[in-house]
Amino acid sequence: MMEVLFLADFSVIRPDPGLILWTTVVFLLVWIILGRMAFRPIQNALKQREDDIQSSLDEAKRAREEMANLKAENEQLLIEAREERAKILKEAKEAKETIIEEAKDKAKEEAQKIVASAKQEIENQKMAAVTEVKNQMGKMAIEIAEKVMRKDLAADSGQKDFVNRLVDEFKLN
Amino acid sequence: MKVTTKFLSILGVFALLLLSSNAAFAKDKEGGYDPVSTVMEHIGDANEFHVWYDTHIPLPCFLYAPEHGWSIFWSSAFHHGHAVVDGYVLNHGRVNRIADPAYYANHAHTHDDHADHDHGGENHNHGSEGHGEGHGDYIHLDEIISKTVTVEETGVEKEVYYAIVDGKEYKLDKPSTIDGGVLGGGITSFYDFSITKNVATMLLAAILLIFLFRAVAKGYKKNEGKAPSGVQSFMEPFFVFIRDEVTVPMIGEHKYERFQPFIMTLFFFILFCNLLGLIPFFPGSANVTGNLAVTMVLAIFTMLVTNLNGNGHYWEHIFWMPGIPAWVKIILTPVEILGLFIKPFSLMIRLFANISAGHIIILSLIGLIFLFGENGENVGGAVAGGIVGGLFTAFMNLIELLVAFLQAFIFAILSASYIGAAVEEHHHEEGHEVAH
Repeated sequence: MMEVLFLADFSVIRPDPGLILWTTVVFLLVWIILGRMAFRPIQNALKQREDDIQSSLDEAKRAREEMANLKAENEQLLIEAREERAKILKEAKEAKETIIEEAKDKAKEEAQKIVASAKQEIENQKMAAVTEVKNQMGKMAIEIAEKVMRKDLAADSGQKDFVNRLVDEFKLN
Repeated sequence: MKVTTKFLSILGVFALLLLSSNAAFAKDKEGGYDPVSTVMEHIGDANEFHVWYDTHIPLPCFLYAPEHGWSIFWSSAFHHGHAVVDGYVLNHGRVNRIADPAYYANHAHTHDDHADHDHGGENHNHGSEGHGEGHGDYIHLDEIISKTVTVEETGVEKEVYYAIVDGKEYKLDKPSTIDGGVLGGGITSFYDFSITKNVATMLLAAILLIFLFRAVAKGYKKNEGKAPSGVQSFMEPFFVFIRDEVTVPMIGEHKYERFQPFIMTLFFFILFCNLLGLIPFFPGSANVTGNLAVTMVLAIFTMLVTNLNGNGHYWEHIFWMPGIPAWVKIILTPVEILGLFIKPFSLMIRLFANISAGHIIILSLIGLIFLFGENGENVGGAVAGGIVGGLFTAFMNLIELLVAFLQAFIFAILSASYIGAAVEEHHHEEGHEVAH
């Protein structure tokens, strides 16, 4: 009895064609409207946003890598520059030394030349002076000879001695 | 502590409201409280929306009787079950039709009037009692009585309702149902295509969903390339959850996009109907997803979407499973074909049973107030019932809140898994096993 009553009243288990029709209509409407209006656009927007985020992350990663590369490159450049500088400095030093060396040599040579020419000059001067002296002495000899000649007239023996002495004196020179 | 006091006072008011309302419960033969009928009436559909005590929201009635044609009017034309409209009466909230041809013979003149006034119920004046005023629309319904009769062929006892009009008894027909008589229904003399309480609730859920997701979609348009904000960021986790936990794992990375709107619609439609059903007062309280007709339609949608998208592999696996001996195939094929129907059938029953059970438990616990109160004679008992029933109801409501989400999720994930199985690109199983 109770079971029968229960089943008789349990209306929710008996599918009502009206409710079936309306559920179909409402569900289809919700599906079409929400699908068109919301779910597809949301889906696309979410996908786009996720792609954006992913590409931004990728971009950032790439940029970081590039930065790292750049840094390494810069360091390399710096090292190279340092080496270059050291090389240049070394070369400059060498050049300086060479120049100084050369200059020194040249100066030495020059000095030697000057000294040589000075010596030559001195020799020349000396020779000139000797020649002058000799000339003077010739002149003096002639004068002496003249004076002797004149004295000859006074004393013969004394004259002889005198001439000898004079000649000896000249020889000493 | 404060919350508890507040809750108890609300509970008390609610209990008093129920106690004072004679419309809220069914009476047994002796006029006492009939708990089973009350619960069944509450979980069933209704042609008007009961708000409280004597306040009902009228709903449009679209009724079709093959022998009479369409009748369209507002449920307010029934004057809360006190009037016969076009041969229809309101019996425990549902439209029934007077099946007895004698009635139509006795009231032939009003019948003819109705041919001209098809919408008579709508502009009907509440004050015009009796049918001697020339309107002829209003036929007073004296009473509806029920008799237990024994069906001759089967020997099963059955409740039959009679309308008493002008002192005469006329047998009433319930609306047609398409269970073929197996579940106590069957095709009767009329079909009810009305906007019932359940349909109204579904429409409300649909409107809420459309408004909510319009706002969400607007957020995506407005905040393009920006962080989400407002209701958009509130709903986004749901969307992402359904996508990442339901559709993508079940259907696959490449094909999920086509089915995402369907699964989302299923989830949110069921969820909103479930949640509206948990609200104990207008505009909630309707047992939408606890009605087999509703879950049947949802399950049929899943079945259609699954099988219409099924690929060759899917059908091959159903009709001629590869990689097993032929004699096993002969056994397996009928099983697989049965499976085509059992899968959506299980969806239908699971949702229906879960939600109906929740409603029945809560209504039974509230019913303790009336049982302990002994029809208002024992106020102390009613208060005790109110406190005990109320606390259990509060507890049950929390569980039902979980169930509302859970069942929507289960329906969605199982639908997604059926669709996933139908569209999956199979790597051949035998080859697979050999390879390992």
